[in-house]
Amino acid sequence: MDSAETAPNHALAERLGERAQWQEHADGPALEVAAADLLEVMSLLRDDPEARFEQLMDLAGMDYAEFGQSEWKTEQASATGFSRAVHPATSARYSFDAPHPPISGERRFAVVYHLLSLSRNQRLRVRAYCEDGEWPSVPSVRELWRCADWYEREAFDLFGIVFEGHPDLRRILTDYGFIGHPLRRDFPLSGHMEVRYDPELRRVVYEPVSIEARVGVPRVLRETA
Amino acid sequence: MTEIHNYTMNFGPQHPASHGVLRLVMELDGEVVRQIDPHIGLLHRGTEKLAESKPYNQSIGYMDRLDYVSMMCNEHAYVRAMEQLLEIAPPIRAQYIRVLFDEITRILNHLLWLGAHALDIGASSVFLYTFREREDLMDCYEAVSGARMHATYYRPGGVHRDLPQKMPRYEAPRFSALSRKVRHTLKWRNRDRGGSLLDFLETFSERFPRCVDEYEGLLTDNRIWKQRTVDIGVVSPEQALQWGFTGPMLRGSGVSWDLRKRQPYAVYEALDFDVPVGTRGDCYDRYLVRVEEMRQSNRIIKQCIDWLRENPGPVISDNHKITPPPRPRLEYDMEALIHHFKLFSEGFCIPPGETYAAVEHPKGEFGIYLVSDGANKPYRLKIRAPGFAHLAALDELARGHMLADVVALLGTLDLVFGEVDR
Repeated sequence: MDSAETAPNHALAERLGERAQWQEHADGPALEVAAADLLEVMSLLRDDPEARFEQLMDLAGMDYAEFGQSEWKTEQASATGFSRAVHPATSARYSFDAPHPPISGERRFAVVYHLLSLSRNQRLRVRAYCEDGEWPSVPSVRELWRCADWYEREAFDLFGIVFEGHPDLRRILTDYGFIGHPLRRDFPLSGHMEVRYDPELRRVVYEPVSIEARVGVPRVLRETA
Repeated sequence: MTEIHNYTMNFGPQHPASHGVLRLVMELDGEVVRQIDPHIGLLHRGTEKLAESKPYNQSIGYMDRLDYVSMMCNEHAYVRAMEQLLEIAPPIRAQYIRVLFDEITRILNHLLWLGAHALDIGASSVFLYTFREREDLMDCYEAVSGARMHATYYRPGGVHRDLPQKMPRYEAPRFSALSRKVRHTLKWRNRDRGGSLLDFLETFSERFPRCVDEYEGLLTDNRIWKQRTVDIGVVSPEQALQWGFTGPMLRGSGVSWDLRKRQPYAVYEALDFDVPVGTRGDCYDRYLVRVEEMRQSNRIIKQCIDWLRENPGPVISDNHKITPPPRPRLEYDMEALIHHFKLFSEGFCIPPGETYAAVEHPKGEFGIYLVSDGANKPYRLKIRAPGFAHLAALDELARGHMLADVVALLGTLDLVFGEVDR
């Protein structure tokens, strides 16, 4: 298999076989697994003597909805200029009345795990694309590493990714009663609600945001040498 | 009469011992903790989302505000992630300066931790002593960057500028007469500030071990201190790994793991220092580990000072696609002017790719997972904060302990909500 060639550890690559797609990144090896195989691969990565990744260092949700999109095409730059993102393309635009069309498409959400093996002094990145359904979902790895408990709650809170088998999937970082998943690309940067103290009502009130839409620096993609 | 077994109690979010804004919902059986449900996020500012909306360099300042008592270490992880994707290496002098300030930051962090931890469990005088030394180190921050805390000093490709040749001095009060007493205080305060920043740091590093002895004299053999910390919050090595503990929390349990030794970055390989490790994994061992870390950091600082004195050189890369050209060149060099303009209006683009860069932060492993799609802004920036994983274990650590021990546990976890909530 081609991808196994790039694997740093051939014994491990053999054991994982077809389930893992190996990649090489700037900081070392990474592998991609299907959500269905995730639990099996992860428990192998934790317990196999060729892997022994005792620690789950980090768990990050990912939303690839706008990957590689820019707000300003640099080729026509000198002719048009940038007009403060009036023609919004990405979620950095701040329009509240016109909600972003829901972005559909396969392989939009993924979960990225960073594993660390203390005994082998090695790191490994594992990416699993979520299964699409009403909610994007992957199986929970909480039973393998206890710290995944809060990391999965965080990814659920910020991305709306559901971790199947998690016993207590509540919001963790956002406000009580918060609606939406703020790190999704279709969530505006300034959010939907603002909070202030109302001296007449003598309590804190929630209102729709009132600040004006603006982009300071447009997002551009350039070929770098 | 009905008998009440367990009851629920709220702690925080505005409690001084919660080290910021932490809310705990505790289930108690008398004074014994049965369960704790920490509610976090009261300081959530969406740093990761904000970083996605601005050019790379503009997020460096946000890194300071994550763990706001170890500012430069946060920056270090972020600039290292950018450097890995850009495939550039900072000049060696810049790396020494970074290590110097990383260790100053470690001492700053541990001093605050020690003072606050002791204050929480009843020893209020330690706080006064630790803040005396913190003040000197914050002056070093100010000398080098202009800010006492949020320095924004590290840049991709090096550091913002070289170490200053003059240490800032206290000035005489302008609105009162210079009495003999004032003049005397002024002289005493400026006693080490006649030379450069390195001179000041050198005198600091000479006197600092005695300061640590002072703190230890107040605590290490103190009976009350031991009663409050020994055998409280015992973490086995297996537990520590399961919970993703790093830094002193992991080393206190006897696992010898320090990124500065095991996965060296910057110039740590060339420096001589030891990694203290605990044996029992309780609050007292973690206290000893952190105190020893301050001594080791002081050793590293001394070595950095010696090296920096003898090896002048550039402190930032001369690749002006990424770093701004020197200001005077803008007057005669068209190319420099273009670089300057592009850098400050649009920023630089990072080639597509992804990387995870971690540093041995005073609290543990602080990592930045950076994903670029080739734009001038990060596509995704995930911050791995050590405190988040540590706090997640609080429920398990506190079960069966007394209510008063929860405060000791919060102290030993060394939490700062800037990084837990991001």
